[in-house]
Amino acid sequence: MSTTAELADDPTTAGSLRPTPLLVVNDLVKTFGNGVRAVDGVSLTVHKGETLGLVGESGCGKSTTAKMILRLLAPDAGLILLGDDDLTAVRGRQLRQVRARMQLVPQDPQTSFNPRLSIRSSIEFNLRAQRTEKAERARRVAEAMERVGMPMAYGQRFPHELSGGQLQRAAIARALVTSPELIVCDEAVSALDKSIQAQVLNLLVELQQDLGMAYLFISHDLSVVEHLSDRVLVMYLGRVVEEASASQLWARPRHPYTEALLSAAPSSGRTRIMLTGDPPSPVDPPSGCTFRTRCPVALPACAEERPLLQITEPHHLVACVNEARTAA
Amino acid sequence: MTTLATTSDADIMTDATPPAGGTSGATLRLRDLHTTFSSRGLTVHAVRGVDLDLHPGEITVLLGESGSGKSVTAKSIMRLYGANATFAGTVELDGRGDLLAAGPKEMLSVRGPEIALIPQDPSAALDPLRRIGAQIVEVLRQHKAVPSRAAAKARALELLGQVGIPDPARVYRSFPHELSGGMRQRAVIAIAVSCDPKVLIADEPTTALDVTVQAQILALFRSLIDRMGSAVLLVTHDVGVAEEVGDRIGVMYAGRIVEYGPAADVLGDPRHPYTRALLDSIPTPGVERGQLRSITGQPPVSGELPPGCAFAPRCPEAHDRCRATDPVLVDLPGRRLAACHLLTDDPDAPAGPGDPTDAGAAGPTGGPGGPDGPVDAAGPTDETPVEAPAPAGEESAA
Repeated sequence: MSTTAELADDPTTAGSLRPTPLLVVNDLVKTFGNGVRAVDGVSLTVHKGETLGLVGESGCGKSTTAKMILRLLAPDAGLILLGDDDLTAVRGRQLRQVRARMQLVPQDPQTSFNPRLSIRSSIEFNLRAQRTEKAERARRVAEAMERVGMPMAYGQRFPHELSGGQLQRAAIARALVTSPELIVCDEAVSALDKSIQAQVLNLLVELQQDLGMAYLFISHDLSVVEHLSDRVLVMYLGRVVEEASASQLWARPRHPYTEALLSAAPSSGRTRIMLTGDPPSPVDPPSGCTFRTRCPVALPACAEERPLLQITEPHHLVACVNEARTAA
Repeated sequence: MTTLATTSDADIMTDATPPAGGTSGATLRLRDLHTTFSSRGLTVHAVRGVDLDLHPGEITVLLGESGSGKSVTAKSIMRLYGANATFAGTVELDGRGDLLAAGPKEMLSVRGPEIALIPQDPSAALDPLRRIGAQIVEVLRQHKAVPSRAAAKARALELLGQVGIPDPARVYRSFPHELSGGMRQRAVIAIAVSCDPKVLIADEPTTALDVTVQAQILALFRSLIDRMGSAVLLVTHDVGVAEEVGDRIGVMYAGRIVEYGPAADVLGDPRHPYTRALLDSIPTPGVERGQLRSITGQPPVSGELPPGCAFAPRCPEAHDRCRATDPVLVDLPGRRLAACHLLTDDPDAPAGPGDPTDAGAAGPTGGPGGPDGPVDAAGPTDETPVEAPAPAGEESAA
């Protein structure tokens, strides 16, 4: 199987100016107790200092993938490497140290802050978990708050006293405080109003330029992902169906699902490809290609074999029988 | 000041250009609607003088960010608030008079057959313990839209088919949790249109849905409206949705409509600085990464409104007058309205009025008329005499 992990070893296919792999995920699988196969063989690579976008509709497994990467959820199978550390194997003190290197900015800041802790205490908590010295903690909390443009006085406030936008800045400061190499943004701007969302997006870009961390940016909002990402992965029903640079994906989507998804965005200016029905149940996914039940160009062959991600052109991978045929 | 300005505004509009381009033919007319909530000594003035006309077969969009008062405006029409809400102004429904003066019993007969609601979250709107069919039949029977139970069932199945549910008989027997989000929203739409309402209010009807499903629901919605001819008020924060289905758009900020006009014109050539800033803050291909033109600061908290224009503290073009007096909606060419001092008192304002010939023409439905194209840098002298009293009245008030 042609995976991104293999590609990452080959600098010519990495498709980035900074081709050093930071996070390598290979063939990740997660089936929940109720039979839902949320993630079904996902492979991805995040390079140092880049932004990898992960798009897909609800239930496609993008958040489950993120949770496994952050070790908030144990995968059934697969490999997760952060640098040289195997995240599926680390325990105890080692795990704690690894956690400092990857942080999360969650969707809803209202529920991700302890309502009974001041903002400052919440940010500092992250360093306490790392057993950082008190004086150092104070210095780094102040630095993180300054980085996100948050007045120090806000540190004394409680979550309910801040607006959604301010609270999301605090959530970013909380992630920054351990100087992570990777920040997973799981729908980090989706709950914000557009005018505030733009502020936060600009802040994320500025922080990346200054500090050089990588983002795994998960969103259902295609315009936001396109704006922020170097490369983008499209997921459908637990699988990656397409991977390409953001500009290439938007200009020339190859997978029928990606095409439909891009065209479905309201006022996208694209010819609308109306998909019928809803995504099928992940408890009992269709055989072969899981998209075939809604695919406008499905062939009988699509029911037989699961299409693998294949390189159709440099830096562009597509999992579709039609693509494989035209490429061959 | 607020009331004075909006009242004079409304006066002008009754004989010239009301917000929807003509008093005659409107199914629902809001005039100077105010909604205030009070609890424990705290007062929130959520809607501060909204004028709006809804026309049959047209989708009017209220576009705004959270706290702008768009949802409160929509729900005030149906009076879906408890005793802590007080209303002022009028909500006139064709053939029913002022709904704000109607008693609770009358409102019960208005909600459903006359004005129906499509809420944002279908799972919260449906009763989780009752089958979809029973919930549709209940509405039909309650409002005596059908003569018998058998007829109600037949009508319910027909409605489920009309909203694009492929297997109506199965969905009729299903509980809400057995359906996907898109199917649930279709069922809710079926309930809303069951009594053939004159007015449909859709409060963020697709916000909870995925984009591919949203595209299906919006297409369905548009075709239903075209067939039924209901007057629709659609509330959304999503500019894309507004552009896709809206005939007219009212942009709301801090409890007021700050810009109004045909959808394509408002989004294609926004006149109010807030509308422009809102559109600029949306990532579009071609904008350099990290260079989004965001709006600085936060929307004002209701109850802590700045003096003058509510947008002034965040407005890049604000000047002294903006911070002193509140602008009123003035007519612009092309059946458009905007509330901004820059459009009336600065000859060098970037958004000068264009072709004035269209401004005074009032028609029953208006249509998407008016030139949306070239804007010549003309001064305020080009404006029609219609709006002349508005700025004058405001100055005296200041």
